[in-house]
Amino acid sequence: MNEPPRDDIAIDVEGLTKIFDGKTVVRNLTLRLARARIHGFLGPNGSGKTTTIRMLCGLLTPDAGRGSCLGYDILTQREQIRRHVGYMTQRFSLYEDLTITENLEFVARIYGMPDPQGAARGAIVRLGLQARAHQLAGQLSGGWKQRLALGACVLPEPLLLLLDEPTAGVDPKARRDFWDEIHDFAAQGMTVLVSTHYMDEAERCHDIAYIAYGDLLAQGTAEEIIDASGLHTFTVTGADLHALQRKLGEDKRVEMVAPFGAALHVAAREKSALDAVADENRAGYRWTPDAPTLEDAFIALMNGAHNGEGKAA
Amino acid sequence: MSAPAPRKRGGAFRRFAAVFTKELIQLSRDRLTFATMLFIPLVQLLLFGYAINTDPKNLPAQIIMQDDSAFARSFVSALAATGYFNFSGTARSEEEADHAILANKAQFLIQIPANFGRDLVRGQKPAILVVADATDPTATGGAVAAINGAAASAFSRELVGPLARLQQSPPPFDLRIQKRFNPAGRTQLNIVPGLVGTILTLTMLIFTALSVTREIERGTMETLLAMPVRPVEIMLGKIAPYALVGALQMTIIMLAAIILFDVPIIGSVLLFVALTMLFIIANLSVGYTFSTVARNQLQAMQMSFFFFLPSMLLSGFLFPFRGMPVWAQRIGEILPLTHYMRIARGVMLKGAGVNDLSFDILALGAFTLAAMGLAVARFRQTLD
Repeated sequence: MNEPPRDDIAIDVEGLTKIFDGKTVVRNLTLRLARARIHGFLGPNGSGKTTTIRMLCGLLTPDAGRGSCLGYDILTQREQIRRHVGYMTQRFSLYEDLTITENLEFVARIYGMPDPQGAARGAIVRLGLQARAHQLAGQLSGGWKQRLALGACVLPEPLLLLLDEPTAGVDPKARRDFWDEIHDFAAQGMTVLVSTHYMDEAERCHDIAYIAYGDLLAQGTAEEIIDASGLHTFTVTGADLHALQRKLGEDKRVEMVAPFGAALHVAAREKSALDAVADENRAGYRWTPDAPTLEDAFIALMNGAHNGEGKAA
Repeated sequence: MSAPAPRKRGGAFRRFAAVFTKELIQLSRDRLTFATMLFIPLVQLLLFGYAINTDPKNLPAQIIMQDDSAFARSFVSALAATGYFNFSGTARSEEEADHAILANKAQFLIQIPANFGRDLVRGQKPAILVVADATDPTATGGAVAAINGAAASAFSRELVGPLARLQQSPPPFDLRIQKRFNPAGRTQLNIVPGLVGTILTLTMLIFTALSVTREIERGTMETLLAMPVRPVEIMLGKIAPYALVGALQMTIIMLAAIILFDVPIIGSVLLFVALTMLFIIANLSVGYTFSTVARNQLQAMQMSFFFFLPSMLLSGFLFPFRGMPVWAQRIGEILPLTHYMRIARGVMLKGAGVNDLSFDILALGAFTLAAMGLAVARFRQTLD
């Protein structure tokens, strides 16, 4: 990647570290995210994604490190950051005992928008929530809550959106609509950082950052991350896939073996070694060379982060 | 899968023991509940055992001494000997004495008129005026009885020789005892203003004590903190609506006091309303401070009771303030209810004004500011 000029950088942090009760949750994280792009933030559970997002918007104070968010210092200019960042929490955190309209008007007033009622009305129309405008937020289904939360986030026209697992527990149709909107925002110049566990969502991002257990393990586009993983993969079909999985799981040459429906995904970094494994296990199985997926790359990364403490199986 | 093992006898006990152990562990983790369990009985024991004295002695009294005869001095020392009076000062004028009683600095005024000694010797039956602040009839009852007793034998030493003829009963002077502010000694007059304060303390505390913890428990705090709003703005925004609720409560209680209990407001209604609002805000600030310290709503409730219990017992609401030992009075002086109790009784029953109540007003104001300052300082602007 070329070094873009500073104006094109939304998030620029260096050496971010957060320790809770002696446990390092984020370790020496350096991130540089370009403006007006959708950045996927991936990593296993407990890998420090939420903690990082909270440090970026000033909700947590890093124990070490420095940096800027939208050009404002994350340590000293929290107020400016809050004004220009929309943060959507993992758990629905608008007021369940206020109606949709009341929630949106509250947000508009806090941000000092000139016409809070008009702004709320506009947002309700954009969200397609006219019929529910006077319904309590707590009575909405998961999908509608998520739409409302996003609507509230973008209402004050932030320059940066931080979305923490926004689509957890939301049906595929609502997820697709959600991502269409995110792309619209990015096209309008908004920067988006979205954490997720879903591979299909990761592939919808312009760029991906993968962190595990506090360390940034990979950063780039989906293709770049797959290429960088250096994996070679086979899809294997056959009768007793479970036995083969167990056998390959103990094979030191195999990086990753995982079932995918009626097939097995086998990956390794050394092509020659993997070919040898394939040759040894052809009896009763069909080995088809395959392109590695993003998920293959992530699982390999995750295993690497564990220092080979156990392969995906 | 093997079939589940048949239930052994004694299984019920083991399951009971499992629940019992779990509860014990949880209880030991919850230090505040633990402290409440120890603190509340201890406080009650100490207060009911030592602090509560419905026959208080050493009540502050002021003398308006207009005569300097030996008789006048004997009368004063006879009163002092009863142990009920603590002559804190000599008032130079009646206005000064009135102020002392309105400002709650004196509970008794004793006026010995000019030429008391001379008139006594002449057999003209001079009158001694004793003014008692009877807003709290329990507090003054014993002392009033003691005055009568002391009067009977006050001059046994002076009335000898030719004056022995005056040593008779009835005594050679008039004792006029004026129970001011509550001549009929109705307890309602004393209890109702106190109730205003007690009810407002409890409700106001709990309203705001839950306000921040509720946001934390429901998860809405994270969004609120991520928005550009300052701690002071959050605090004032959360306190203000309850101040309105408090105003409504005050109105209801006052209407009930006037209509049902026939309690007057002798002083300025405007002053009473203004000072009650100050008191309401003081309590809302305390509740809000608890809310920034407590980790959940239960803790906030416990803290409120921690505060409410001594307020009720040490403010002079249930028991005469002057009957409490000094340590209990010191604690009482910190509590807003103590000052409000004086303000409410002062304005409603005595017609006290701003000047008379300046100390209590300042104390309430200082308390409110301190609580708000603490709350803003304690308010966690991050999730660290």
